[in-house]
Amino acid sequence: MSDEATQTLPLDAWHRDKGARMVPFAGYSMPIQYEGIMAEHQWTRENAGLFDVSHMGQLQLKGESAAEALERIVPGDISALKPGKMRYSLLLAEDGGILDDMMITNSGQHLYIVVNGAVKHQDIAYMRAQLPESIELVHMEDQALLALQGPKAAEALARLDIAGLEIGWSGPDDLYFMDAAPCLWGEVPLGISRSGYTGEDGFEISVPAEHVTALADALCEQPEVKPIGLGARDSLRLEAGLPLYGHDLDSAIDPVQGNLTFAISKARREEGGFHGAERILAALENGPDKKRVGFTVEGRMPVREGAPIFAGDAEIGVITSGGFAPTIGAPIAMGFVAADYAALGTQLEAEVRGKRVPIIVSKMPFVPNGYRRKGKS
Amino acid sequence: MSRYFTDEHEWIEVDGDTATVGITDYAQEQLGDVVFVEVPEADKEVGKGDDAAVVESVKAASDVYAPVSGTVTEGNAALADDPALVNSDPEGDGWFFKLTLSDPSELEGLMDEAGYKAFVESL
Repeated sequence: MSDEATQTLPLDAWHRDKGARMVPFAGYSMPIQYEGIMAEHQWTRENAGLFDVSHMGQLQLKGESAAEALERIVPGDISALKPGKMRYSLLLAEDGGILDDMMITNSGQHLYIVVNGAVKHQDIAYMRAQLPESIELVHMEDQALLALQGPKAAEALARLDIAGLEIGWSGPDDLYFMDAAPCLWGEVPLGISRSGYTGEDGFEISVPAEHVTALADALCEQPEVKPIGLGARDSLRLEAGLPLYGHDLDSAIDPVQGNLTFAISKARREEGGFHGAERILAALENGPDKKRVGFTVEGRMPVREGAPIFAGDAEIGVITSGGFAPTIGAPIAMGFVAADYAALGTQLEAEVRGKRVPIIVSKMPFVPNGYRRKGKS
Repeated sequence: MSRYFTDEHEWIEVDGDTATVGITDYAQEQLGDVVFVEVPEADKEVGKGDDAAVVESVKAASDVYAPVSGTVTEGNAALADDPALVNSDPEGDGWFFKLTLSDPSELEGLMDEAGYKAFVESL
């Protein structure tokens, strides 16, 4: 990935105009921060943050039985997904290791899939090789992707004159968490879902690249909305307890070790028939040998990715994500520990620069999520 | 008293054979919000260029090097309670440690304020 020349995204000039500090990420030049990670993090928790996530891969899967074909390589119940509904899922290697995590939406016409930017080309090659030729896989390279996240996201989005198409969506309040709808903003087609990766209520908006600057401007004209960089996106998702592919998940980890058993649908557990089913179903039944857990950290010193975890003298795990949690005002982390040490409240130590730091296995999310689910106001 | 700068963005304010060390305004700006600082303890011997302190932003940990050799006399205890002092007053109250110089001739290789300013502009 780092061998690729750094590409520019459609909003590149827009970010620079807004004072963003740009860094290379996933082969692209991306905004890491504008005014500062702490301020941007807090703004998103209290108002609404606009994130450019156009580096992520947007794919369409078309053809009869596309959902059934996809179910060989993901453990979710994709054929049961109704139009306008989406699901978090995992792309599985033949041995059940996780190749990527992804959001899969039934658009009514096709499956719309969002994958991580750093591995999108690998994902596409793998999916193409695994899916029958009758299934068409389209990489929507001319689409940009924005995420509007935070408790005031719906309020801000409602002020743009966006009309729902086909599925009868009249405004943001018609969508609940993990719903999606095709829309029109004037003449511009948008794919809007009520989702994101910050733990907050919010939306992801797929927009043709040629219109993304106008849409970003229209959103940032709303008093609730500010542009937010990748730095705060990372601290927000860590507080939300959400794993980051390439850090907290990789091809050596199966979904049960990754603490993502919710992504293995009930029907699929009974039927199997997906890559690594034998390993994964056995781990479901017997428990995994190691498991992704969250940690609170004593003191103020952050414990970061790569720090070994000890129980007394025994090294029993490793930190995979860690940093300072702005909302909590203290460091937090996640990582893998041997199964015997995964219970909530287990007291362990991480080693940072030769020093032992007490850490405690803790419940995730670290900050309660703000998703707008049906039945909740 | 005179102030010198390194190309690793530390400053050192020298008064006789004692000195105060911190990171520059440019450095804190690059780091972003500082959330933790680890300073050396008194009596620690440091060589020029050694890791002497660690500054952690929300994003990452960075080493702070000793601009010259010497013996640490004091770490800035105020940074334990208020690491953000490094952002708000990097070249004043946000200092990292004080030391006694063991080889004042090492100062000769450092930049003065004008030299450092030109160096930063060239980055």
